[in-house]
Order: sequence, then C-alpha cells, then structure tokens
Amino acid sequence: MSTAVSVDAPHKVEVRSAARFLFIAAIVVLCIWVLLPIYLLFVNALSSPQEVSGFPKTGLPSFDFGSVRFFLSFAGVLQALGNSVLVAVLTMVLSIGIGAPAGYALSRFDFPGKESFRMLVVMTRAFPLPLLALPLAVLFIRTGLDDTAFGLAIVHTVLALPFAVLITFSLFSGIPIELEEAAWTLGCNRWQAFRKVVLPLVMPGIAASAVFAFTISWNEVFAAAVLTIQNRTLPAFLVQSLNVSPLHLKFAGGAALVIPALIFIFAVRRYLFAMWGIANR
Amino acid sequence: MHPKVLPYVLLLPATLFLLVFFVYPFVQIALLAFTGAEGFTLQHVQTMASHWKFKAALGWTLLLAAVVVPIQLMLALSMATIVSKLESGRSSILYIFSIPLGLSDLASGIIWLAIFEQSGFLNSLLVGLGIIERPILFLGYQNVWVIFAAVVIAEAWRATAIVMVILVSGMGLIPKEYYEAAEVFGAGPWKRFVKITLPLLRPSLQTALILRTLLAFEVFAVVITLGGTTLPVLMGETFQWQFALQDRHVASAYAMVILAISIAATLFYLWALRVPKGAKI
Repeated sequence: MSTAVSVDAPHKVEVRSAARFLFIAAIVVLCIWVLLPIYLLFVNALSSPQEVSGFPKTGLPSFDFGSVRFFLSFAGVLQALGNSVLVAVLTMVLSIGIGAPAGYALSRFDFPGKESFRMLVVMTRAFPLPLLALPLAVLFIRTGLDDTAFGLAIVHTVLALPFAVLITFSLFSGIPIELEEAAWTLGCNRWQAFRKVVLPLVMPGIAASAVFAFTISWNEVFAAAVLTIQNRTLPAFLVQSLNVSPLHLKFAGGAALVIPALIFIFAVRRYLFAMWGIANR
Repeated sequence: MHPKVLPYVLLLPATLFLLVFFVYPFVQIALLAFTGAEGFTLQHVQTMASHWKFKAALGWTLLLAAVVVPIQLMLALSMATIVSKLESGRSSILYIFSIPLGLSDLASGIIWLAIFEQSGFLNSLLVGLGIIERPILFLGYQNVWVIFAAVVIAEAWRATAIVMVILVSGMGLIPKEYYEAAEVFGAGPWKRFVKITLPLLRPSLQTALILRTLLAFEVFAVVITLGGTTLPVLMGETFQWQFALQDRHVASAYAMVILAISIAATLFYLWALRVPKGAKI
C-alpha cells in the first residue's frame, strides 16, 4: 500500500479532515438546537417577574425565585401538580397492570384470536386518541367519573396501553422459555416460575415502560382539558389560563412541566431504542 | 390453570378495556356526529362546514402537517445517520437528541414563546446585533404566517426526536454486510444511503410517518400557546365547540373529520411504503 502513495494523498487528507470538521460542527449545531431553547426557558423561570417582561434580555438567569414563588403560590397550581402526579401514577398502574399480562400471553402462547388482538392493539395507532375524551365525557357524567383523576387516567391508559402491551411482549420474548421450563421441572408451578425466574429479569424493562406511561399521561393536554374542570392537571390548568396568565406564570409552569420529563427520559434512555425498535413491528 | 384457557384469561382485561374505552367511544363519536332528535341527520356536519372557521382550520391543519412532517423526516434522517457514524460519545449524543421526546406540545409552545414573544430572546438578539431598532411583535394577529412559521419550528424542534428514535432503531436492524458489499463494489456514502438504507428502512419510515402525521393532525396546545385563536386548527375548533359553544354534536363532527384524514393518511402510508413479500430482512 505504501508504495502506491500518489500526489493526491495530501489532498485526500485535507478532504478527510474537512469532512471530519463538518461532521463535528453538525453535531454541535444540532446539540445547540435541542438544548438552547430549554436553557432559555429556564433562564426565564429563574428570573424575577420584572425581568421576564423586561427588555432586552441578557440570556443569563438572575437566580431570582420570584417567578417560581409566584407560580407555586398561584391559586390552584399546587392542586394541579398533585392531580397531574395522581393521574399519571394511576395511568402507570392501569396500563402495566392490564398490558403486561397481555404482553406475556402474546409472547408465550399460540392460540386462535391472537392476530385479532394484535390488530386491535395496532389499530389504536390509526386513531386520534385524545378525541376519546368527547364521548367519554358523557359516559363519565352518567357514571360519576366526570372531573375525577380516575376518569382521566382511563383515557390516558388508552393512550399508554398499546405501548405497554408491545413493550412487555418484547421483554417477555427476550427471556428464553427454557428458563421457565427448567423451573417447572424443579417443582415450581407456572406462577412461581414466573415470579421467581421471569419477573426479576424483566423488572427493569417493566419499570422503563411504566415511566413511559407516566410521561404520556403527564404530557397529555387535550383530554385533560376536556375532562377536568375543578380537578385540573397541570397541562390543563396552563392551557385554560393561557390568555389570562402573565408571562412569568407561563414560563415557571413550562419549567415545571419540563423538569420531570427530562428526568424520566434520562431514566429510561437505555430502553428508548429497544422500545421503539419493537413498536416498529 | 389449563394452558388452553390461560392466554384468554390474560388477554381479557386488555381486550375488555379497549372495547369499552376505545371501540365503543369511537362508535359513540360517529353517533353524536350523525344523529339528532329524529335519527340520522347531516345537520351537524352542515353546521360545521358552513362555519367560517372550518375551511381555515382544515386548510391550516393539512398545510401544517404537509410542511412539518417532511422537515422532521429530513432532520431525523440526518440525525440518525450522524448517530450511526459516531464512534465515541454515541450514547450521550443520542440522549441529547432524544430529550424533546419527553416534552409535551404545551411545554414546547411555552419554550418557543420565550423566544418569539415581543420581549423575548429573538428580539433581544436582533436588537443587540443592531439588525432592528425596536422589538417586533412577531406573534400578533396580523402576522398569521409568522405564527405558522413559529409553530412549524416548535413542532420540528419537539417531535423530530421521536422520528429519529424510530429510525435509529430501524437502522440497527440493517445487516452491516450489505454496506460492506456495496463498498466493495465501489458505492459511495450517498449511493449506499439511497440504495441500502432508505429501502431497508421502509418499515421504520412507515411507522414514523404514520405516527408523526397523525400527531400533526392532532396539533393543539402549541398552536394556542403561540397564536391564541389566530391560527385555527381542527383540534382547537373541536375544543371550542365542545367548551365555549357547548355543542357536542358539532365537536364530534370535527372529530370525524380528524379521524377521516388520519385513516386516509394511514392507508396512504401503508400503501406507499409497503414492503413486497419476500423482501423482508
């Protein structure tokens, strides 16, 4: 190879390092594109109300907690935060509680009707699910579930359930059935084998999909705004008061929405790609 | 329990849940939209269609999807390609790129409001650089196209991440040998991308496009955060009819429109990006 070095070798090196530079520049630009807007939101959230509506902006936070204090003491905010957490936890429990058994059944058994069930789950993807809030509002008034955390959690579970089923399906499929069979031959029944062998192995993945369900509910705006009046979640509260609330309330509220989402995505980052790889099929 | 019965028992909760809270409500929406006091009627559809905002809402929603989705697709393809070429720092770059995945459209609306509002960061920058003398009111009601552009930017910023994650996991499924073979035959990077990556990525592209297009039809919170009611969209009008005008029938008629274009888009993608039998990896 070394004998074949020709006159254009330095030129090639130049092209390569230029390409390398462009590549790194693209990564830096994309990272700034993603991170800068979030940074600016926090700059506003950590500035005093006067600074938030002042001009021009410096782009540096003054670490004045006036806006945050105003937000937290604003009537209804703490209750909305509490409701958001409550609805999201209920959604998490419901979607994993209902979805995980279905995922296990899909991964371990072959039975007539399996494909129809899969179709039902996949079909949810072609439907604009937040619209469910319209007819369910009527049903909930009849059954006394209107304006309750549980009623809203049911709608959010419809959004999260297909993911829960598909994710747990692939988690269970990743555990060789031989492990379970070995436990059976050693005297475990089906439930014991599941609890002692399979469950510890899939627990981290289940936790990740539970966090995912939590995030879906935490972020949902439309159904929450339609279905709750007194017991608003944080997104519903913010949307309903958009045109009457001052800027610093919006930005502090936005930051309150963003922080948990950042933590959750960080917590499940290792599972994101596995989860979506599955959702492809 | 008998192994023939067990899968059905495990699937029962999920099936019942989806039938009661997914299938039945959508039937209910259709009934609300097409029936009145004396059975079948097109009156609600006519009320909707003759309202002056309907055409605008439908037009803006479709235009928004037509502009946002291709931008997201191209941005996500570049991000996914960059990530797949990274040797070190891959997981941290991936984490940064996927952060917006966890954010709601309401949060993203508030974030970009911090940038575009009159005393916001964009005006501060422009005045600071001496490009303009006084801050411009970008998001005023007479600037509907600026609001549109702001919504496009906010949506591209937030929802590109989900497309990227789906594409990255799809790219992981393409065997490396294909690229090595193509390289042996002298195919450059661009040719490899067009002839190998794109065709083999079809299932992931399909998933990503269906998901993103449907979510684009459901755009709601980001639009009212940035533009109030200046930029009418279908979901916003549905909300208006349900809440401000208290007419569930017309709201359901709007829901049927969103449902119809969602199903049409899904069928289009299923057909346009179908994978011929026997060409699966």
